Amino acid sequence: MPAVKLRNITKKYGDFVAVDDVSFDVRKGELFGLIGPDGAGKTSIFRILTTLLLAEGGTATVEGHDVVKEFQQIRNKVGYMPGKFSLYQDLTVKENLNFFATIFGTTIDENYDLIKDIYDQIKPFNDRRAGKLSGGMKQKLALCCALIHKPEILFLDEPTTGVDVVSRSEFWQMLAKLKEQNITIVVSTPYMDEAKLCDRIALMQNGKIMSVDEPKNIISSFPKPLFAAKAKNIYKLLKDFRTDKEIESCDAFGEFIHVTLVSDEKEESKVVAIAQKYQTEDLEIKRIEPTIEDSFIRLMREQKSKEVSNGK
Amino acid sequence: MKVLRFILQKEFRQIFRDKTILAMMFAMPIIQLIILPLAANFEVKNVNVVYVDHDHSSYSQKLINKIGSSGYFQIVATPSSYLKGLEFIEKGEADLILEIPSGFERNLVREGSQKVNIAADAINGTKSNIGYAYLNVVLADFNRDLDIQFKLPKQAPTLSSSLITISSTNWYNPRAEYKYYMVPGILVLLLTLIGGFITALNIVREKEIGTIEQINVTPIQKWQFILGKLIPFWIVGMIVFTVGLTVMYLVYGIFPKGSLAVLYLFAAIYLIALLGMGLLISTFADTQLQAMFIAFFFMMIFMLMSGFFTSTDSMPDWARAISEFTPVTHFIKVVRLIVLKGSGMKEVGKELLYLIIFAIVLNALAIYNYRKTS
Repeated sequence: MPAVKLRNITKKYGDFVAVDDVSFDVRKGELFGLIGPDGAGKTSIFRILTTLLLAEGGTATVEGHDVVKEFQQIRNKVGYMPGKFSLYQDLTVKENLNFFATIFGTTIDENYDLIKDIYDQIKPFNDRRAGKLSGGMKQKLALCCALIHKPEILFLDEPTTGVDVVSRSEFWQMLAKLKEQNITIVVSTPYMDEAKLCDRIALMQNGKIMSVDEPKNIISSFPKPLFAAKAKNIYKLLKDFRTDKEIESCDAFGEFIHVTLVSDEKEESKVVAIAQKYQTEDLEIKRIEPTIEDSFIRLMREQKSKEVSNGK
Repeated sequence: MKVLRFILQKEFRQIFRDKTILAMMFAMPIIQLIILPLAANFEVKNVNVVYVDHDHSSYSQKLINKIGSSGYFQIVATPSSYLKGLEFIEKGEADLILEIPSGFERNLVREGSQKVNIAADAINGTKSNIGYAYLNVVLADFNRDLDIQFKLPKQAPTLSSSLITISSTNWYNPRAEYKYYMVPGILVLLLTLIGGFITALNIVREKEIGTIEQINVTPIQKWQFILGKLIPFWIVGMIVFTVGLTVMYLVYGIFPKGSLAVLYLFAAIYLIALLGMGLLISTFADTQLQAMFIAFFFMMIFMLMSGFFTSTDSMPDWARAISEFTPVTHFIKVVRLIVLKGSGMKEVGKELLYLIIFAIVLNALAIYNYRKTS
């Protein structure tokens, strides 16, 4: 039995379709990532799974319980950390933790080993009000509160959004440790670079799932050789490539342009030849391994052209 | 039950931690009870009168003394003409002009009658109206004195015996003091504020900050959450009510003439009704600002329609109908009856029924709407 199962889940806000016929499974004990830009429908899916929102269509189960009929059982088994900090700002760290422990009928001591690593870092601020904590501390406290009742599944909605790079990597280390304790973790993030830290990911765009797989499979299923190009005038190069018929796609990635060709040519020389048609100065071209982001953009484009050909 | 206890513990902790709200909840009632009845007063004192005397006789002199000594009027000036007197009104320094024509004394003595001119500044309608009425009374009194002293001896001594004179007694508030009317009303408004609005704001705040989401994913059930919100404010409301009664006794010497138990029974049920209303408001509002405005809207209606300031009996029918549909009206009525008149359960039983209906309807609506929205 999968930890989470979604079948044809659809959620609309008025005319706007936030979640469009989404189906996927999350396996037990897995660190599952829901990757997509803002507005892709990640939070709506989280809210449906945590029984906060009713879907218009489809079914979903969490730990085998239906999200509509058996919401009470689910609430005992899941930990949820919303994207926005939502603990009591006027209660202290300890009081918040105590409150959430007691309403689940447990105590801090009972599940102390589970939160120990994280809690130790905020323990010095036990008597500080939650509202007065720094961003990173708040996030740790929120994680503690979500864990205090030893949930079977942890739902983390964009836990690293707006968090600095060091805290982000720290946070992912904490997740890896939690995974060792056999907690299924479902995490959403708009950062593509975090995708490779998950066991499996679902790429989302406009309420639709484009692909669900292990990160390395998604990367290896990238169908074409990928090249990175750089030049003195990068903007000109991008414009030139866009008009060229031999170039299939080109996108700006930081200081490079990622390029695929219409042909399956693997050698850089072909790209160099195309670039030189446009008198490009200081050209630099190398073949690279695609990243999740490359796959994401490619899938997004395919989805769009599919919609166009479907007459939308 | 255990869960409810923890929620209550948390709520009280939050209430006592928010010093501003705490101060507002307890200091505000006391200060309002002390200041408002003294300041908000319909008794008109200090009506500024301009006395234009064209006669300069001993009678006109007597009249001005009589007006000045009544305690309600202040003679601010005695200009020589009406137009000059009008300037005082224009500058806002005077409320009334009393003009005594020349030949005032002569006409009174010889012909037994004389007209005087009163002009009132109607911008402050209440003050001018009441001042005008007071001045009329003073003039009538002056007139009566004249009758006895000067006119009667000359005329046939048969006139006054057939006149009906009215003397009135104010029951339950013998000196018709405004504070007796005001203080119980303010007490009611305070309960309304605590019960209806602080609850609404509190629940909406959980929505706004997002803590309600976090609560919703826990096994806490809706009724536990709602009770956890209502019980603390019910208790706070009862405490504030007690504080208010104490202030009423200590500062104004007003002690309820009727049964305290009945009074508290009413307060308890009234608070439940108002808490239901607060809950209802919170289901409509997503932000505290919205809740504030909805609350203010109702507060204004309550203040103006409940008979707090003006008697509901003098309202047009449609207004009285609205008034009947606000719980505040009934509670203010009851509090005044019990505190001032000493009414018992027998007299106010019907009002209790009304309040119970309000409590049931408001809470049922709130819970129905709460379910629907979440």
